[in-house]
Amino acid sequence: MKKKRRIKLTISYVLLVLIALACIYPALWIILSSFKVGDSLYSETLIPQKLTLQHYADLFRSQSDKDLPYVKWYWNTLKVAVSSMVLGTLVQILTAYAMSRFRFRGRQTMMSVILILGMFPGFMSMIAVYVILLQMNLLNSPWALVLVYTSGAALGMFVAKGFFDTIPRALEESALLDGASHFQIFRRIILPLSTPIITYIAITTFTGAWVDFIFARLILRSRENWTLAVGLYELVNSYSSTEFTLFAAGSVLVALPITILYMFLQRFLVHGLTAGATKG
Amino acid sequence: MNKAAIHPKRTAGMGSAAIAAVLSAVVMGLGQMYNRQWAKGALFLLAGLVSLYLILNGLASNMWGLVTLGEQPAHMEKVGRLYRNVPGDHSIFMMIYGLVALLYVILLACFYVANIKDAYRIGKQRERGQKVNTFRDTWRMLGDKGFPYVLLALPTIGVLVFTILPIVFMVLMAFTNYSAPDHIPPKNLVDWVGFRTFTNLVTLEAWSHTFIGVLTWTIIWAVVATVTTYFGGILVALLIEQQGIRFKGFWRTLFILPYAIPQFISLLVMRNLLNYQFGPVNQYLRMLGMGGVPWLNDPFWAKVTVILVNMWIGIPVSMILVLGVLTAIPRDLYEAAEVDGATGFQKFRNITMPFVLFQTAPILIMQFAGNINNFNVIFLLTNGLPANGDYAYAGSTDLLVTWLYKLTLDNQRYNFASAIGIIIFIIIAAFSLYNYRRSRSFKEEDMIQ
Repeated sequence: MKKKRRIKLTISYVLLVLIALACIYPALWIILSSFKVGDSLYSETLIPQKLTLQHYADLFRSQSDKDLPYVKWYWNTLKVAVSSMVLGTLVQILTAYAMSRFRFRGRQTMMSVILILGMFPGFMSMIAVYVILLQMNLLNSPWALVLVYTSGAALGMFVAKGFFDTIPRALEESALLDGASHFQIFRRIILPLSTPIITYIAITTFTGAWVDFIFARLILRSRENWTLAVGLYELVNSYSSTEFTLFAAGSVLVALPITILYMFLQRFLVHGLTAGATKG
Repeated sequence: MNKAAIHPKRTAGMGSAAIAAVLSAVVMGLGQMYNRQWAKGALFLLAGLVSLYLILNGLASNMWGLVTLGEQPAHMEKVGRLYRNVPGDHSIFMMIYGLVALLYVILLACFYVANIKDAYRIGKQRERGQKVNTFRDTWRMLGDKGFPYVLLALPTIGVLVFTILPIVFMVLMAFTNYSAPDHIPPKNLVDWVGFRTFTNLVTLEAWSHTFIGVLTWTIIWAVVATVTTYFGGILVALLIEQQGIRFKGFWRTLFILPYAIPQFISLLVMRNLLNYQFGPVNQYLRMLGMGGVPWLNDPFWAKVTVILVNMWIGIPVSMILVLGVLTAIPRDLYEAAEVDGATGFQKFRNITMPFVLFQTAPILIMQFAGNINNFNVIFLLTNGLPANGDYAYAGSTDLLVTWLYKLTLDNQRYNFASAIGIIIFIIIAAFSLYNYRRSRSFKEEDMIQ
């Protein structure tokens, strides 16, 4: 019996190690490639014989043969992601709050509409959004991206609504009796209780804007206005066979902030994921 | 004091409510003024006048444009002795302006009806001798009963302009002939063609062949991708939560890594990792003497690859969800089973599995729907390739969504793209509706507290 148990545990550990390798390998490989000398994809060994920081340096200085304003892209992306995060989180939280805590006419209809809108392929509306932005004279502006992301934010409100549903109603009822206004209740009672869900929404909207390339590619027409996602996609499409190590360095710099953020705020993400799943 | 003194305006036969309603029906805001709500009446009147001006100056003709979609294409015209290119009607712009106008008029109509109802309601209050709200009272009520509307006003406008309007536009597009090469404005006009795009999609050889092929693959992909990540997630979670495994937190953190790396980066990296000639995976396989696998170059292997890579990306999420469920299983169930002498497998089959399945069934269906629309994995990993000569504008691994994307952005076959979008919507809506009916959390949301 004891022997059987030991065999089972050994097999389990072997499996765990194999899965761990599969999880880590791609990340490790791209990081090591970014330090590799030369520019080719092919490498004799996993750990390069010679390491260099050249590719990172290349990203940050302008080169005559390539049009890669990487620093500019980074700045654009940061600007778009942070603004979308602030505005999008605000819109999403307020919508969810209204839907969760109030019973008003048209509420059920609005929820059904949100549910139905979520079923259309996200970019089915691309052409129309393009024409509308063209008419608003906003094409090629990073603010247009912020506008598009923020307007869509309300549609993702179900996770936050599920969270607000679990806050006891007695809390705000007693505050109402004490003469607090709805705004005061939201600020003083609901907001402090909602840090986990706000964190979750903030991270996901930030990441969403950070990595989106579908709308970004459609809206941002000129190269210097691009975001990292668009730039990197182009880099892969046009240079990946010849400039693989440069792409590797670029990817590491794009992925690093998000990955670190995710690993550190894991707790909130797990919380949000499970909340969203059980409430639907 | 008699009643007539309180209601000096009251006439025989017609209550002030009815009068106010009729007045508001004739001119917006007039009934409110009759009810002595001056500020409100003035605001309504202003809104009515502005709307009237807008309708006369463009909205009406814009709406007519939605019907005709333009009558004059771009053409050459003789000016003096020279021929000059005269721009014609731009059908697509006309369609969008028409929709905006229509939207405005619909909202106006709702407002108009609300205005009549309001005049009637306040009139009734006056008939009963109740105190009528002053403008300040109304304003204060906005912060109380109207608070949810105040919160939702801006988000609603955003969704209306950037989601609903574009979707309606795209749905309408399926019923036009907006498509390369013959119907692309501003050179040509676009016309309404009814259901012809849909019938073409099914009857025209080239299109129907592609459509059926892509649809079949989309469904196979969605089923396999969902099942593999879901059960993979359960297995990994159970592996970690086993009795006797140490450093549970460490393994969990490690396995979340693929979820933490931005998807589009990991997909582009995978694309290089699996490169047939130079990629390290094939390099190792060759070292082991097995020869390289055409991961992305062979139609069959490319399909296997996208599913494998999708497992790498999707299993962590399922794992997190299942781990959450596992901790919620009451301990005493297992203890009772142990007392009865159940084996490990029996405990798994009769306690763990039913519990996990019951808790996560709604997600399973949502993930299935999500996979039908899984644009990123296909687009970034294979871009629909390898090419398929039998298909119209699609490759071997293209899903309906990526096909839609290519038809729109690369080939300008807008009407077909939009018809496909509608079909995707119908498939997903059917599944979601089923799910929605099943999940009780929605119906019983008020019972939580």
